[in-house]
Amino acid sequence: METTMTESREVSAAGIKMDETQGLTFPRIDCKNIDVFYGDKQAIFDISLPVPDRSVTALIGPSGCGKSTFLRCLNRMNDTIESCKVTGEIIMDGENINDPDIDPVLLRSRVGMVFQKPNPFPKSIYDNIAYGPRIHGLAASREDLDAIVEKSLRRAGLWDEVKDRLTSPGNSLSGGQQQRLCIARAIAVRPEVILMDEPCSALDPVATARIEELIDELRKRYCIVIVTHSMQQAARVSQRTAFFHLGELVEMGETDQIFTNPRERRTEDYITGRFG
Amino acid sequence: MVQQLGHLPMGWLMLALLAMLASGGFFVGRVQAERFAGAGSARVHSRPNYHGYYVAMWTFVPAMGVALAYGLLGDGIVRSMLSSELPANFQDMPRVELDVYLNSIARAAYHQGYSGADRVFSAITNRFLELQGLIKTATIVLAMVCAATGFLLAKRRVAPGFRARNRVEGGIEIFLFLCAAIAIATTVGIVASLLYESLRFFAEIPFWDFLFGTRWNAQTSAEFGALPLFFGTFMIALIAMLIAAPVGLFAAIYLSEYAGPKVRGWVKPILEILAGIPTVVYGFFALLVVAPAIRSVAIWINTTLISTGLASEPLLAAQPTSALAAGLVMGIMVIPFVSSLSDDVINAVPQTLRDAAYAMGATKSETVKHVVLPAALPGIIASLLLAVSRAIGETMIVVMAAGQRARISADPTADLTTITVQIVALLTGETEFDSPKTLSAFALGLVLFVITLFFNLIALRVVQKYREKYD
Amino acid sequence: MTDIAPPPFRNEKALRRLKKRRAADARFRLYGLSAIAFALLALSTLVASIGLQAISAATYHKVEFDVVLDPAVIAPKGKDTPADISRNVDGFYALIRSNLQATFPDAAQDRLTTRQLGDLVTRLAVLPTAKWVSENPTQIGQTATIKVPLSDDLDLYLKGAVSKEFRLRLGDISAVTETAPQQLQLTGAGAFKALESLVDVQRQEVGDAVDARSILISAGATTGRVTRMDEDQAEVTLLTGSASDFSSVRPTARMIALPEPERNVSDLQIAWTLALKEKGRISRVPHTSLLTHTDSTYPELAGALAAIVGSLLTMMVTAFIAIPIGIFASVYLEEFAPRNRLTEIIEVNINNLAAVPSIVFGLLGAAVFLGFFGLPRSAPLVGGLVLALLTLPTIIIASRAALKSVPPSIRAAALGVGASKMQSVFHHVLPVAGPGIFTGAILGMARALGETAPLLLIGMVAFVADVPTGPTDESTALPVLVYSWSTNAERAWEPMTAAVIVILLMFLVTMNGIVVLLRRRFERRW
Repeated sequence: METTMTESREVSAAGIKMDETQGLTFPRIDCKNIDVFYGDKQAIFDISLPVPDRSVTALIGPSGCGKSTFLRCLNRMNDTIESCKVTGEIIMDGENINDPDIDPVLLRSRVGMVFQKPNPFPKSIYDNIAYGPRIHGLAASREDLDAIVEKSLRRAGLWDEVKDRLTSPGNSLSGGQQQRLCIARAIAVRPEVILMDEPCSALDPVATARIEELIDELRKRYCIVIVTHSMQQAARVSQRTAFFHLGELVEMGETDQIFTNPRERRTEDYITGRFG
Repeated sequence: MVQQLGHLPMGWLMLALLAMLASGGFFVGRVQAERFAGAGSARVHSRPNYHGYYVAMWTFVPAMGVALAYGLLGDGIVRSMLSSELPANFQDMPRVELDVYLNSIARAAYHQGYSGADRVFSAITNRFLELQGLIKTATIVLAMVCAATGFLLAKRRVAPGFRARNRVEGGIEIFLFLCAAIAIATTVGIVASLLYESLRFFAEIPFWDFLFGTRWNAQTSAEFGALPLFFGTFMIALIAMLIAAPVGLFAAIYLSEYAGPKVRGWVKPILEILAGIPTVVYGFFALLVVAPAIRSVAIWINTTLISTGLASEPLLAAQPTSALAAGLVMGIMVIPFVSSLSDDVINAVPQTLRDAAYAMGATKSETVKHVVLPAALPGIIASLLLAVSRAIGETMIVVMAAGQRARISADPTADLTTITVQIVALLTGETEFDSPKTLSAFALGLVLFVITLFFNLIALRVVQKYREKYD
Repeated sequence: MTDIAPPPFRNEKALRRLKKRRAADARFRLYGLSAIAFALLALSTLVASIGLQAISAATYHKVEFDVVLDPAVIAPKGKDTPADISRNVDGFYALIRSNLQATFPDAAQDRLTTRQLGDLVTRLAVLPTAKWVSENPTQIGQTATIKVPLSDDLDLYLKGAVSKEFRLRLGDISAVTETAPQQLQLTGAGAFKALESLVDVQRQEVGDAVDARSILISAGATTGRVTRMDEDQAEVTLLTGSASDFSSVRPTARMIALPEPERNVSDLQIAWTLALKEKGRISRVPHTSLLTHTDSTYPELAGALAAIVGSLLTMMVTAFIAIPIGIFASVYLEEFAPRNRLTEIIEVNINNLAAVPSIVFGLLGAAVFLGFFGLPRSAPLVGGLVLALLTLPTIIIASRAALKSVPPSIRAAALGVGASKMQSVFHHVLPVAGPGIFTGAILGMARALGETAPLLLIGMVAFVADVPTGPTDESTALPVLVYSWSTNAERAWEPMTAAVIVILLMFLVTMNGIVVLLRRRFERRW
């Protein structure tokens, strides 16, 4: 169901202009005027960011600039922090998911997340994947569940390596395999969006490369938002990039453009390594 | 004259003597060292004080050894010397009788002699005092000789290059080690005394009869089948855990997952209070409030059952002391054991696991049930084991509220007795130390110790393994 | 992919399922909350029930007697030394008895009533008076006002703890006639109506059992028991006082729910007590004897003094032994011990000892300290030794934790200026860990204070009537006292035991309070 729209949009927040885009779907998630407060301290300042479908959007910026905080808004993980308050609209499929009436539990089955450090459950590989479908009632029988587990592991590129030891514990795998397990786990609940918070920062280069390959495969099906502190990774993996600094969205655009011809001074400084 | 010496208050005397010797040694040593330090001729390794301590150490320790030897063996030596001098008819007395007689001699001697008519008794008492005087004087002299020897040997070492501080610190380290070794000594003492007395018991009562016999009548020294006691202990511990496990666990879950910091700040200390209340207070509560209430309820159940025709005679025993009363209150007492440790282990589960579950759209209870609790399971099991061990070893609540009848009954409103109750019953009141009656208490104590040791070791092992996993 | 047409967050099936999951979520939270509520409820029930009982024991009733200290009675020839006087229970009690007989002359009828009169005050209650007189011999021959405690059952009655009682005011009594010796007929129009209805109501509740109850009517210092009654008239047996007190007054009637045969106090004794109260001779005073007297077989005369002193002595012995050894042991284990098998064994040992049931320590004490070393039974010395062994592991563990929390930078700094290991430990580490060690020690002592079972096994349960003066005297301890009093039969012991528990808990609260204060004050943030 690809809808192609060429569009030219003006996003007024912080005077950022979005280029004419070709061949990208309309925003899968459209964030408007997002502010995030931790108690009295404000961490995110009036960010508006459309996230297109079937592509990888990278959020880059120096540490502490709020990228992870912003990412966590997209699946309302910030709700689990007592003092955190998120205002603004996050429109997905015509509904504002930041509305208190929307139950985050359902939302999170549609917007999955992969964390920085692989965190498989202390269960078997099979049970790690099967957990999500079980609680959301996505499988009617054991066969259904088996099928889901296999499909998810295949999509994550892990099936061949673990198909003979599905009952061994999740944390008996290597670091890279564990992260792929976590990706498979996220896929198993059939999300439409996958959020990734620095997924490779705890992995070695070989494992990182494999994950990046996987991301490239996954973007054909899912809308992916990835936070990364590595500009090279952002350049390799994403189609659009947004640069964050001190809780603000400084610039957003096509990855090529951001990295070769940034419009903002701050963006250029960051990319050329003058800070961050 | 020697008789008078028999009255010396050895405790105070030795204390004063040792103090004097130690300080004397210290001063001499220090003065000597100061001479070197003052002269500045050679580099002094240790400050004068340390030389003083060194000399004091070598003066004090030998004398202390003699004093301790006296404390442990002195009385025994005097008694054996006295017994060997006694005429033949005394020698033929059975050991126990002789001991009792000697005790009365000792008592009379302590209370300034004997003025009664029994000439033999009077003579023996006087001789006892004489021997005591002899040994006491000998001890004092020996102590002083050892002290003097130590003193002289140590004094010779005082020199500029002498590493007095190292020696002194080495001595202190040995002392510290001995303090730590007292822990071992305690365990050895416990095991040894329990084993020794139990073996004497098992010499008279067969082991299997004890473990598996079903009739317990120890007060009349008739039967020693401990099975009803094991049953009673088990039943009451079970009732206690049926309360403490769910309440403690859910309280811990609520406190660590749901409660805000203010609630936590108040409730956690209050739960700790439950652990700090003396068990005798719980026993009083069980006896005076809980047991009568249970009795009334049981009586009500009985009459209702009879009046509705479901039973033809009273079903429940409805005793004034019951297993249920003791178990209920014991359960309340044990709650903090479960909740405190469980709370710690639940908190120790990394937040990232919870995040992973939330991110998949799990509700809070699903996360706790399926992710957090399984991760915390070893610690929770350890807490349950420790709680069971505590419940099994508990004494006062069961003594006051459970009962004295040794029998096996499934009725919780009946009175049951436990291992600990019987130990108390057997050792309070008349105690002839050698009868099977009192020895059976030690056999029971041995069983209790082994069972709780078993539970404790497993629990400690689990906690250790668990810490390794998450550190 | 997803093949659901309507907006994903409003999918019917998912929402239904979500509702069930949310319900399960709420239930789960409720379980947690109810668990906490249960624990709190249990605690408050315990505190409330004991507290209420203790309040009842906080005061008691004393009776006043104006007597002449007749030397012939209290200091007869041959027994007039101060020592003799202070032990002359018979003499002083005779003074009380004759005073009572003078107050209630009608009681001298027969042996039974005379004894009942005597039971108003326990014989031994005069001992403090005897002691006072023996110390102030100039008082002999003078008139003195002495106050002695009322017997425990009557004290309970006045506190309302013997039986449920219904009280009401009757109407005016117009006529009083004496129909037979001690039998009166009281007449008053409608005077007994309220009483009649009370009886009817009670009959509906308990049936014919209401007829076994005593109904007493009092006016002033006079009391009688109702034998028959209707609205305007009642037949009354005079128990004490004079008939004329009833005329032209509105008497008070009381129905005592527990029938006389099931009580420890007879109607007659109640009548006398009420009369004494009316005459102002009974006062309710703070129960100071609870703290100043030693144990007794009579509840109203008993006190916890010996137990308090005994506990203090035992605690001193325990502290003297366990705290230094515990600290030194923990210093060794934490700072000096090499990591080898032996120290590992010691550690496992200590952790295990901390969880061994306390009664096993009692067995150890009985076998080794009493049996092998032959130390005196029931002495704070032995009790202190046993409790010291019990507390040692706890103190060691707490001290080790305190030592562990000292940052390594302090040790490194000390060594850096050339201090030896021993010096760095004793001069630098230990002072910093001091508050933590101290609080651990106090907590250990608090635990030892409440221990009962080991003390029972070394003989401290014996009835101790003298205050111990040293660690080798026979003594008892507060928790042991609670145990032995709770096994006594008379009802009056219950409030007293509760009061001793309150005393014990106050000590514990103080100790824990000190710990909290210390922790707050010395909380350091590295």
